Parts: sequence; structure tokens; C-alpha cells
Amino acid sequence: MEPENNSRRDFLLAGLVAAGLTTGCNPKKDPFEAGADGVQASGKKVKLLSVDGDVIEVDEAFLKPVPHLPDVSNAEARIGIPGKKFVMVIDLSRCKNLKKCQSACNFAHDLNPGHNWIKVNPMKGAEHTAPYWEPTTCMHCDEPPCVKVCPVDATFKRQDGIVLIDSDRCIGCRFCMAACPYSTRVFNWGEPDLPAAVANQPYSAETSIPQKKGTVGKCDFCADMTRMGMLPHCVSACPNGTFFYGDLNEDSVTNGADTFRFSDLIKDKAGYRLMEDLGTKPSVYYLPPAGRNFPFESGLENDKTQNS
Amino acid sequence: MENSIKGEQIIQDLLPRKFKTSGRIWVGILVAICLVGVYAYYRQLRYGLVVTNMRDYVSWGIYISNFVFFVAISLVGSLITAVFRLAGVKWGAPLTRIAEMIAVGAIIFASVIIIVDMGSPERFYNLFLYGRIQSPIIWDVIVITTYFFISLLLLYYPLLPDIKILLRFKEKSGPGLHKFYSFLGSFWKGSHKQYLLSKKAINALCVAIIPVAFTIHTVTSWLFATTYRPGWDSTNFGAYFIAGAFLVGAGSVVVAMYIFRTWYHLEKYITPDHFDKMGRVLVLLCLLYLYFNVNEFLTPFFKMKESEAGYLNDLFSGSFALTFWFAILTGIILPIIILLFKSGRKPLPMFIVGIMVVVGAWFKRYLIVTPTLLHPFMPMHDVPQMYKHYFPSWEEWAISMASLAGTMLIITILCRIFPIIPIQETLDEHHETVK
Repeated sequence: MEPENNSRRDFLLAGLVAAGLTTGCNPKKDPFEAGADGVQASGKKVKLLSVDGDVIEVDEAFLKPVPHLPDVSNAEARIGIPGKKFVMVIDLSRCKNLKKCQSACNFAHDLNPGHNWIKVNPMKGAEHTAPYWEPTTCMHCDEPPCVKVCPVDATFKRQDGIVLIDSDRCIGCRFCMAACPYSTRVFNWGEPDLPAAVANQPYSAETSIPQKKGTVGKCDFCADMTRMGMLPHCVSACPNGTFFYGDLNEDSVTNGADTFRFSDLIKDKAGYRLMEDLGTKPSVYYLPPAGRNFPFESGLENDKTQNS
Repeated sequence: MENSIKGEQIIQDLLPRKFKTSGRIWVGILVAICLVGVYAYYRQLRYGLVVTNMRDYVSWGIYISNFVFFVAISLVGSLITAVFRLAGVKWGAPLTRIAEMIAVGAIIFASVIIIVDMGSPERFYNLFLYGRIQSPIIWDVIVITTYFFISLLLLYYPLLPDIKILLRFKEKSGPGLHKFYSFLGSFWKGSHKQYLLSKKAINALCVAIIPVAFTIHTVTSWLFATTYRPGWDSTNFGAYFIAGAFLVGAGSVVVAMYIFRTWYHLEKYITPDHFDKMGRVLVLLCLLYLYFNVNEFLTPFFKMKESEAGYLNDLFSGSFALTFWFAILTGIILPIIILLFKSGRKPLPMFIVGIMVVVGAWFKRYLIVTPTLLHPFMPMHDVPQMYKHYFPSWEEWAISMASLAGTMLIITILCRIFPIIPIQETLDEHHETVK
């Protein structure tokens, strides 16, 4: 009797998991009626953790992939994630212009060549000061000049501090581009060259995909990744850990490998923001290129591909 | 008796005339330029703004320069009609209709060119669905619409007595135009009551149009001045734009005066005295504009702030120096010198000065928009090479030229349909002088 019981229990659990995965909370469907949608057991078992905390084996045929989270509507995307205030810290002493952040960002957002949302600028304050590499993203200002001037509320600021664009609404007047002192915004002058599967999907303000002809694009702090509790692509792509990302309310930022208390990091390394005098109150902080890991010259070779 | 013969003569002189061959060629050229522009715009709609040479840094180009230019020119309607009228300037009366025609033509194409500049013009309605009153663009939409309707009414109301005269010449105007005239003004009987009502309405519009005119160009200047950029971040911008607008508007009226006078042989009605007086107005406006230019450039030049130095050097001695000094010399300095002499205020020199002022003003608008955008705060980096320069593409030139041609076409059509010089006012004035 014992083995039979076990197999029955497993079967029920498997049905529960499969139904949970495939049908969600559909009340009309009996989750225990396995095989109702014509699924035949394949004989191949997969180990899973049950809701009770037991390790169970489930037939592979009953498992179906489902998205991590339901799609976020553009109305929800406008609100943002309650209780959060996202910030980025860019440690200039770690940057050697590898541009991995840029290529990861371009890949993740299906950006066309030349449409870099992240730019890595060679900076030099004055004749006798030292040059350094400065990656720039959208600053996600708390007083965003771009949002102020937008005539149709196509670009907006959320309660979690992220500034996004609704490309379904943007009229392409480019006033935001003129208003942004950080030159962070990029315009789709022509029809973006995208695979049909990407181009035809409905626009999401959190993924900023797909980019559309005649509208503005820019760094979105990877709001979709953030919602899943994951790091923006630039942060995880940088092998030197230049980018830190986190929540100001939790006072913690991480580059994936190291996690710091945000306030300590800013205090210890004398963090600052760009063009503080303009009063835009950016959400991106910089740590000065002191005690740097790489000489400036090591990044020069990599700069030639786009800037020669 | 002699008086009424003279009156008939005035009417005959001032009635709108059919185009002769030269007129038809002129219209043909304008239409051809417009058609090339329409084709260029078709390409722009199809492929996107990528057909222009605007890119992420110079994201506004000659479309926006042209927009500012048109808004500037349209201000002349309020200057000649309203300011002169309220100030009791009698000699300006024959010029009011020319000024209003220019104003209406220019404001129409200001609206057209701003739609041309949009990346997604098919979403124009979003301005009404989602308009945010905080945005200076919405202010511009509101005031330009208001200004357009007031200008149209200021063209229309003073026309009513003239339409009554036009309706008497059915065989001369032809059945189509006659029908149009009676549609526009058959209700106008010229009674004392109607006259008083019309006078009251025109006075009210004259008072209303002045603040609206100041607002449209001030708001247009704020499209730039509300940003942080070197060269735009200026508290002087509103006044600087208004002064420049009155200047280019007056210049364009002088050009139009000369052309209409020669073309339609209106020497009796637009006299050297008119040119002399417009010359005095023009020199005053030039001096005013020069003053605002000194304000705009001298103090930043004195300080040479790091963020502005690149931009200022580029204007004064760099890649824009030729255009800059051409615009200043041709548009302001030389006109002042020429107009200070009495012989400089004769019709032909005035015509040339008018052209200088208008051409200088166009380049000035170009210089207001483009050099600033080529001097952002952040370095121009990690972008394709072509993003770092700007010279308009043929599509941009074609569309811009078409918008200029379109304005002239509207003015041409208006002066084909309506008397260029108000007939009734001229008659009244004539009767007064005879008495």
C-alpha cells in the first residue's frame, strides 16, 4: 500500500504544480484533474521543492514555462514601485573604458548602432588636471528638466525616482533633448532596424522596447530588471564593478560582487553628482577617480572604434 | 463733381487686378517650389527625420530657425496695425493691409513648419489629449492659435467696407470671386451703426493683439531660454526676440511696399514720404535691436564662463564667425548707417535695406538655434561622426524654401483677391483733405 500511496501523493502534487504553473489562478479548471489538457506523462522526472518544503519529483511533461511576473501595463509603469528610491553610484576609479556596459545596454534594449544610451566620455577638467573615463547614463533627476518641458506627459517621473518614456505617446518635438543638460537623450531619426518579433511587440515603458521611429529614447535604469529585483544590465556587465545600484531608502548599493551602505560609500569616497549647480538633483552619484585601478591610457585603444 | 471723379479714379487704381503673364509666372514658380517641398516632406514622412541632417546634438535645425523667423515676421501685423493705430499714427493707414497679409501668411507657415519639425506628426492630437500646461510648447500652441485668429479678424473687419465697393464691380471680379465677396461681406451695409460697431471691434482687437503679439514671441524665445544651454540661458531673450521681430517685420513690410508699389503702379498711394517714415521706424528698431544684441553678447563675452566660452568663440571667431558678422553687419549695422541719411530713406535704397534686414534676420535665427546645440555641456562622444556637425540636407532646404514660398503665395493670393491698400479709408482721407 505504501508505495501506491506515495505515487498517488506525488501525482497529486505534480498536478498541483503543473496546474499552478500553467493555469495560474483560473478557478474554472480543476487543478487535480491531471492530463485534462491532454498532457501525457513522459516518464522523465524533475526534482522540485513543494509548498510544504519537501523535495518532490514531477514529470517533466506537466511543467510549462511561465513569465516571472505578469506584464506591467504602461499605466502601472507610470506609478513605479512603492517605497523605493533607486540610485546609482559610478566609481570612476574603476572605469577603463571597456564599454561592456554600453554593449550590454545596447543588446538588452535592441538599440541600433550609434544609439548609445550609455556613453563613456574622456574627461579632463583643466590643463593640469588628470584625465579620466566617465560613463554617463540618464541621471534620473529628481527635478528632471526633460519632464518639465514635455508637452504631452510622454516622459514622466515615477515615485521610485525613475524617469521613463512612453514611446506610444511621444510626439517627437525633441524639447526634452534640448532641455537635458546631460545630453542623455537619443532620438530615433529613422525606423529602427529591429527583428520583426521585437518590432511588433507592444511598447513597454519599463523595457523601453521596441524603440520607434520619430520618438525619443534613453537609459531607463532597466526598470523591468529592477522590478524583478535584479540589477540593470550595465551593472552586471561591468567586469570592474564600476556601477553600483540600489535603493536609497534601504541605504544599500551593490555592483553584484560588493555591497555597500550607500551613505558610507558616498561619505568615505567623497561622492558627488554632475552639474549640481543646475539644481536638477540627479539620482546618479559619482565617486572621484582617486586611487584608480587602471591608467587612463589603457582605455584609449577601445575608444577608437566609435570616435575616430 | 470733380471730387467724385477723383474718387472713382482711386477705386479703379486700387481694385484687385487679374494676374498678367509675369504674375502667372511668379505664382507658377512659387507653386513649383512648394511642390518640391511637398515631395521632400513626403520623403520625410516615409523615412522619418533621418532624411534631415539633424541628429542627437543638433536636434533642432533650420525648421526651428524658420519657425522663429515666421513668428518674428508675423509680429509686424500688430506693430503697423495696432501700435500705429493706437498711437494715432495716420500715415501708416495704407500699409495696414500689407502688414496684416504678411502677418497672416507668416503665422500660418509658422504653424506648418512646427508640425513639419515633429518626429511623429500623426500624434499631433496628443497635444490636446494629454497637453501639460507646464510645458512652454503648450503655451506656444495656445498663443499662436489666438494670434492667428486675431490677425485674421484684423484683416477681415477693415476689409468689410472695401468688400462693399468690390461687390459693385461684378463684371470685373467675375462670378466666382463675386460670390466669395458676397459670402464674406454682403451683410455690410455701411450704416452708421455698423460703422461704429466695426470701429469698436477693431479698436478692441488692436488692444488685444499687442499683449498677444508680445506673448507669442516671448514664449517662442522661452522655448530656448527655459533650457540650461549656453547661449539660450538668458533673461534677455524675450525682449531680444521681440526687438528683432519688430525689426524683421518692418523690413518685410518695406520690401512688400516697394514691390507692390512698382508692380501695381501705386506711386500715388505709397509715396516716398511713406518710405521716409518707415525708414525712421526701421532705424529706430535697428538701434533697439542693436542694443539688445550688445546686452546679449557683451556681458557673457566679458566674463567668458567656461561653459559659454566655446560657443562664444565659435560665433565671434570660429566656424560661425562669417555668418555671425554677416548677420550683424547686414541686418543691423549697415541699415543704421544707410537709414541715417535722408537719401537712404528713398524707395529704392529702402527696398535694398529691407532685403538686407530680412536676410540678416534669417541668418540670425539660424545662429540662435544651431551653434548652441553644437556646444553641449557634456563632450560630444560615442556618437557617429556626422552628429558633431550640422548642415541642412536638401530635404530641409526644400521644405524650408517651400515654407517661404508658401508664405509669399498666401500674400500673393490675398492681394489678388483683396485691395492691397484699403480703398474706403483712402476715399475718406481724400474727402477730408478736399474739405
